[in-house]
Amino acid sequence: MPRYLTMVRVDENNAPAEGPSQGLMERMGALIEEMTKAGVLLDTAGLTPTSQGTRVTWSNGEFTVTDGPFTETKEVVGGYALIQAKDKAEILEWTKRFLAVHESYWTVTSEIREIAEN
Amino acid sequence: MTATNSAVEAVYRIESARIIAGTARIVRDVAIAEEIAQDALVAALEQWPETGVPERPGAWLMTTAKRRAIDLVRRKETYARKLAEVGRSLEDVPAPEPADPDAIDDDVLRLIFTSCHPVLSTEARVALTLRLIGGLSTDEIARAFLAAESTVAQRIVRAKRALGRANVPFEVPRGTDRDGRLGSVLEVVYLVFNEGYAATAGDDWLRPALCEDALRLARLLAGLMDREPEVHGLAALLELQASRIRARTGPDGTPLLLEEQNRARWDQLLIRRGFAALERAYAPGAAPGPYTLQAAIAACHARAVRYEATDWRTVATLYGHLAKAAPSPVVELNRAVAVSMAEGPAAGLALTDALAREPAMAGYHLLPSVRGDLLERLGRDGEAREAFVRAAELTRNARERELLLTRAHRVSR
Repeated sequence: MPRYLTMVRVDENNAPAEGPSQGLMERMGALIEEMTKAGVLLDTAGLTPTSQGTRVTWSNGEFTVTDGPFTETKEVVGGYALIQAKDKAEILEWTKRFLAVHESYWTVTSEIREIAEN
Repeated sequence: MTATNSAVEAVYRIESARIIAGTARIVRDVAIAEEIAQDALVAALEQWPETGVPERPGAWLMTTAKRRAIDLVRRKETYARKLAEVGRSLEDVPAPEPADPDAIDDDVLRLIFTSCHPVLSTEARVALTLRLIGGLSTDEIARAFLAAESTVAQRIVRAKRALGRANVPFEVPRGTDRDGRLGSVLEVVYLVFNEGYAATAGDDWLRPALCEDALRLARLLAGLMDREPEVHGLAALLELQASRIRARTGPDGTPLLLEEQNRARWDQLLIRRGFAALERAYAPGAAPGPYTLQAAIAACHARAVRYEATDWRTVATLYGHLAKAAPSPVVELNRAVAVSMAEGPAAGLALTDALAREPAMAGYHLLPSVRGDLLERLGRDGEAREAFVRAAELTRNARERELLLTRAHRVSR
């Protein structure tokens, strides 16, 4: 059964300034509980803003260290979920459910990547 | 059109256990419940391509199925009344309610306990549980167990009939009955896992898909029965065993012993999940059950970064506890291995002498396999070779036979 990493991308600059609503948090909590109970959600977490992040690059034999925020990027990874699903259709369904707990004024993108198991 | 179909089927697979469970509570019959659930799926396949996928597809399927279930019960009720017969009391038929997660969880638990009911043979329990709870198709179950699809289909049909004939109530057992019935549920999941982990028949030693189905069931149980320590014990055991799947075979499919495995290939996520489940499995004041003890043993291996770093004394002690909690010759054999590692091969071999006289162990290939290993370590090459050959004769798995013959050959050089 394949495992997928879904990376949740949000536009930090255009995300609702007040953050996630109470209702969103509750729906998200219920969905996480449901997915855990169904045995499909293996791990999930939200990430702190990119302003607290750091990038380390190795290029031409040298390191470059840059502290956030990274102004040039629009969409940033705001969280992730590791999900084990039977197939692509099933991970798509779970991902849609995850996105649909957000109010319609949100723009959120989940990037689904299958984990290479060998 | 096709995209909608695959979306409908994915929703159904995700929801089927809940829909069947919710429906079974109304009609009190798992066979009818499954039919109604599939009718709801057919309705979705017909309607959604026209109307679009509803906003809450799972709830749509559930409501459709429950409505049909209630219609069916009402029709039966009317029919019964017309015949002036006193049938089952149907006054408690609930109206289709908004989805309450806890109520649905209770229904799924009822479905699990019913599928694993002791009136059914072990094979029937396994097939029915994979079908109704795991959402596997008959074909998938047949392939997993190397059986003909018609055989499995028959098995499932008979199992459903047997439940009806025995009038098995659709409920979660309480009181004195509960422990035994829970044991039956855990056993089914454990058997499914083991069939994937060390296939008893066939050319492939490992069938990971079956392990993953079992693991998913174990996680589901842990979510539904949060306060049952042994459920977490089983989940911990399976997470930890599964963490080694990738490392258990070489590139050509040959089984690798624990000491030969590349521990960098162990799955750290599953190990972490196993440790977390194991913590929940220890109930204050209660002696740990057999699954928890086995999980604790697996955790000892998971903690050892190198084979040489294994805490064999703790492993041997845990096997001692396990031998008391769930006495069996197989446990005793494993204890012998652990003791041989902690105290030397002679101490281990002494423990296997008694086992060699057990009639239950006569056809068990792992006994001569272990004795071969211990005898080899003691330098008794002739006896070691004999034991490996004997073990190779007894195993039904082609890969394992090869490995044992190789070992027999290696001793003689």
